[in-house]
Amino acid sequence: MATPRAQFVFFSRLLHWVMAAMVLTMLGIGVTMVASLADYHRLVSIHRPLGIAILILVVVRFINRQLNPPPPFLDMMPPLERRIASRSELAMYGLMFVLPLVGWGMLSAAHYPIVLYGSLHLPFILPHSPMLYAVLRRTHTVLAYLFFFTFLAHFSAILFHTLILRDGILLRMVPWSVRRSSDPTAG
Amino acid sequence: MSMHLEASAGTRRRPLGIASTLVRLAVIGGVLLVVAGGFAYLGGWLTPRNVTPGRFTDAFQQVNGVHPGFRRNHAKGIGVSGFFESNGNGLRVSKAVVFQPRRVPVLGRFSLSGGQPYAADVASDVRGLGLQFSLPDGELWRTAMINLPVFPFRTPEAFYEQLLASKPDPATGKPDPAVLKAFIDRHPETAQVLSFLKTQPISSGFDNTTFHGLNAFWFVDASGRATPVRWMLTPLQPFAPAQEGAEAQDKNYLFDGLIAQMRRQPLRWRLVLILGRPGDSTRDATVAWPADREQLDAGTVTLDGVAAEDVSPATDINFDPLVLPAGITPSDDPLLSARSAVYSRSFTRREGETKQPSALTSADVRKGQ
Repeated sequence: MATPRAQFVFFSRLLHWVMAAMVLTMLGIGVTMVASLADYHRLVSIHRPLGIAILILVVVRFINRQLNPPPPFLDMMPPLERRIASRSELAMYGLMFVLPLVGWGMLSAAHYPIVLYGSLHLPFILPHSPMLYAVLRRTHTVLAYLFFFTFLAHFSAILFHTLILRDGILLRMVPWSVRRSSDPTAG
Repeated sequence: MSMHLEASAGTRRRPLGIASTLVRLAVIGGVLLVVAGGFAYLGGWLTPRNVTPGRFTDAFQQVNGVHPGFRRNHAKGIGVSGFFESNGNGLRVSKAVVFQPRRVPVLGRFSLSGGQPYAADVASDVRGLGLQFSLPDGELWRTAMINLPVFPFRTPEAFYEQLLASKPDPATGKPDPAVLKAFIDRHPETAQVLSFLKTQPISSGFDNTTFHGLNAFWFVDASGRATPVRWMLTPLQPFAPAQEGAEAQDKNYLFDGLIAQMRRQPLRWRLVLILGRPGDSTRDATVAWPADREQLDAGTVTLDGVAAEDVSPATDINFDPLVLPAGITPSDDPLLSARSAVYSRSFTRREGETKQPSALTSADVRKGQ
């Protein structure tokens, strides 16, 4: 009988870490730019194309997840924790998809040019509506905070598993291949 | 073989001692605190004295009160429309599509400075003109100009400080002169600009006002060469000095005058590019460039339509000076990013509010025509 994989496939791990860096950068840029006079323009000029890149990559990631399902949960993980873990993963996928889309939509509703680089800009995906802009602008902020707290929860869980339970859950996602010989408990 | 992998990821180790568990939990707490604290720091929550776009916008509201639906500054205004006819000269310094010899549609808004949407027109008020050029490739160029050739404040922080200093004292209903004087003493550049502005003649109306882009920008040509540029709109309508007594007769006399003039004929301005030379400061809007800098006539702006804010599409445009086409890029002037940030905040607030009728309504526009 084949034993199930213990690690995510390499492409999944690559996507996870690349997107983790992008998303954290994005949350940092987002919260900084709205509070900055001097750096506002420079940051917003990065925020737009980076958001679109995340939108594209999350679609790739979702397709990849269908093609390469995650390895099974650890045996000793209780059902409730498994459910929470799956739901929070789903929430993060959803936020990575919805946040850029709301950003694109809000700029569309304001008919604000959505410049990616130079003269390259995106088309409007919503009709011009000041009130819709205001609602989506607020939604963008609320979802971003929600994302930050979801990230904190995810990060806390990993720290707890790694430092307290020491069950090696992080090895499922580390960028390098986990080699049997490097594991002292192996055998 | 894969059983070994299973063992590495999936075996719970011997339980930790109490002390060890507490230390590890503290480490986890510390890491989370650093992450959350870093986030809070970036968001400005730990530095309540720093000027942020939100606090800047709040300052306008503190000084003027909150007028829902209106811009927090340049609150009183009227929409206009027309076109820009480029003569192609601008291509010498910028590859921007707007400078190709052709006609592009323009939307605009004339305004008076201050956050009071119903204030009476005063000849010496700072006059504003926001313009949006819609380029055939879908790009937009927005600019917010005023009638001052130089700006009284070098930094956004100075502007903010002056704004708060000009807040009316609840006791007298007027700004405290001592506070204003203390500000001027700290900012000699502001004193210099204000005394220079006193020597500048004030024109009779919007139609014969020269509008200045204020900040410097980099214009980039097709070969990638960058030139520091400031621009202005010089009226083709002849200059006439502001008339004594006009203010007393009609509290909207500047706007009503504009409506009446536009009924008679379209109003036209030349778009003049002022080409800086190496060494000219691009980051100090309080200082004009030497008078001998080359001026390039890039074409003519014609405004032939006027509409009150309840119907004009210009009402919902944020004349963010950093909405630029490829071929024009921001300079290092700190005012530019700050203007973009604060305009955006003001825009976000007013777009979510129920709009009130403006001082100038469609009925006023019809009456004038």
